Amino acid sequence: MSNIILKMDSISKSFDGKAILSDFDLEIRRNEFVTLLGPSGCGKSTILRIIGGFVRPDKGRVLFEGKDITALPPEKRNVNTVFQKYSLFPHMNVEENIAFGLKLKKKSPEYIRDKVQYALNLVNLEGYEKRDTLSLSGGQQQRVAIARAIVNEPELLLLDEPLGALDLKLRHGMQRELIKIKQEVGITFLYVTHDQEEALMMSDRIIVMNKGIIQQAGDSKSIYDEPQNAFVADFIGESNIIGALMVKDLLVRIQGVDIPCVDTGFGENVPVDVVIRPEDIEIVPENMGYINGRVMSVIFKGAYYEIKVQSEDFSWQVQSVNPAPVGEMVGMTVLPDNIQIMHKPASEDEEVVKDE
Amino acid sequence: MNEAKSNFTSRRILLASPYIVWVAGFTILPLIIIIHYAFTDAGGAFTFSNLGLIFSPIHLKAVMFSLEIAISSTVACILLSYPMVMAMRHLGLGKRTFSLFILILPMWMNFILRILAWQMILSNNGILNMILSWFSIAPLKIANTGTSIMIGVVYDYLPYMMLPIYTAIMDINEDLIEAARDLGAGSLTIFLKIILPLSLPGLLSGIVMVFVPSMTSFVISDILGGGKLQLIGNVIEQEFTTANNWHAGSGLSVALMIFVLISMAFTTKEHKEGRESVIW
Repeated sequence: MSNIILKMDSISKSFDGKAILSDFDLEIRRNEFVTLLGPSGCGKSTILRIIGGFVRPDKGRVLFEGKDITALPPEKRNVNTVFQKYSLFPHMNVEENIAFGLKLKKKSPEYIRDKVQYALNLVNLEGYEKRDTLSLSGGQQQRVAIARAIVNEPELLLLDEPLGALDLKLRHGMQRELIKIKQEVGITFLYVTHDQEEALMMSDRIIVMNKGIIQQAGDSKSIYDEPQNAFVADFIGESNIIGALMVKDLLVRIQGVDIPCVDTGFGENVPVDVVIRPEDIEIVPENMGYINGRVMSVIFKGAYYEIKVQSEDFSWQVQSVNPAPVGEMVGMTVLPDNIQIMHKPASEDEEVVKDE
Repeated sequence: MNEAKSNFTSRRILLASPYIVWVAGFTILPLIIIIHYAFTDAGGAFTFSNLGLIFSPIHLKAVMFSLEIAISSTVACILLSYPMVMAMRHLGLGKRTFSLFILILPMWMNFILRILAWQMILSNNGILNMILSWFSIAPLKIANTGTSIMIGVVYDYLPYMMLPIYTAIMDINEDLIEAARDLGAGSLTIFLKIILPLSLPGLLSGIVMVFVPSMTSFVISDILGGGKLQLIGNVIEQEFTTANNWHAGSGLSVALMIFVLISMAFTTKEHKEGRESVIW
């Protein structure tokens, strides 16, 4: 059996003449936890809806375990979805909601009872069988929605920002539980979110998207440490993105200062973008680092101080466990390893998304 | 402070006084008069015999016929409403509003006028048979039958069935339908397991609003039944007008009222169990 469970083959889709996806390709491997990550409107939900069967692509094919399912309606697909708004049936109790899919498959009552119990255990809702879904909290409703999808043992589970409506603390708890559930049931997860932290924490593989185009795909660490363009660098966590000059291999000129780095192969005297994570910058006394600047503000964030250092026309973001004196001049230094060099954006989708 | 609040509330109630006067004068007072007549005989003595008149064979027959018309009309309205509303569900907002407008349009015309129009269409040498004759189809004898009455009742009360069902079904979130499809439900299952149960409050309002007036109607049967077919409404009307027997008429009215209240008690009980009632 092929290891590729789902393949999207040059899918195009437009809504009202606006192209959301064009010639989009995607492969998902069996038992993977894949996350589609991107800002709203980047096409990630459309991809999920095409796989679920709710949206028919204008062009292209969807292959599920090698079979073309492009024209198959949702009810005929061996895929289940956990919806963002839970979408529990309000006229059914928890047990009836979870059993809905199994009853349609004409499973025996004993089988259904066992499966519902198993699913309720899995989502930590033992004893909630007869509860009215409307009496449950948002987090509990989402658990029921997850249970309702996984009892059907789909080959692929689609999750459309399932934690988007939950508060932060609940969301963190559910993230850990989802990983646990994933490990226990061994189903392939395709997860959609705009929350980079969520994506970094849960995924085996992250696919960062913008404007319908995959910007970068890889595991959490490579996405975070080696963003391939300004969009990815900016979208995945805080970062300083500044224009620079690649003098030669292993040497980059930032704000007129030559700083050693580890990147090669960009050529000589080529304009590039440089990404430095705020936590990778170290504040040192003036003239002891590469670049000097004035401390403009220091904000205590709990685990660290967020410091803004103005140098020429660029405001550096620094995260440090030690505060810095506001208004004073300081130096900044960075290890060669922590400088990430990128090509200048080749197209609009690779650029940083500006706040409006 | 409490006093000020209750003072305020009582002054607010004053706003309803025109309506209270109206209800007192034209609903409660007539009801008292009817009940008074119902429980007294010509001499003014207390009696149950007027109420008991409903069990006389001729009256019972009229009740049964009324029940037959009311139930079949209600069922016909339900069967017409659901497919129509389901079709409207998938229309765009503009088209949907337009279809709703078309649906309500006949209600802007006078009720008697509409029934008279049906009389012209259904009569033995009326419009329907004329059209049939163009295709060499034998004329239908619909005029002055139960069918003719039923057509009139359905035509008149259909909007009262369709509107609450429409409201209830439009309230069903498309997400629920998608969730059901995702779990493997086809169109029929979605209708039976999701749409029908969730539109139940609307259906029940519709049943109440169609069943009760058609059970008690008499003008439609007068015009479309040719005066030969007697609904219980016609019997009561004749007791008041032709026979001038207010005691019998009132007795039958009260008996009918009790019957309707009992049959509605079942629906309202269900109604309370529904998640939300649709009242429009």
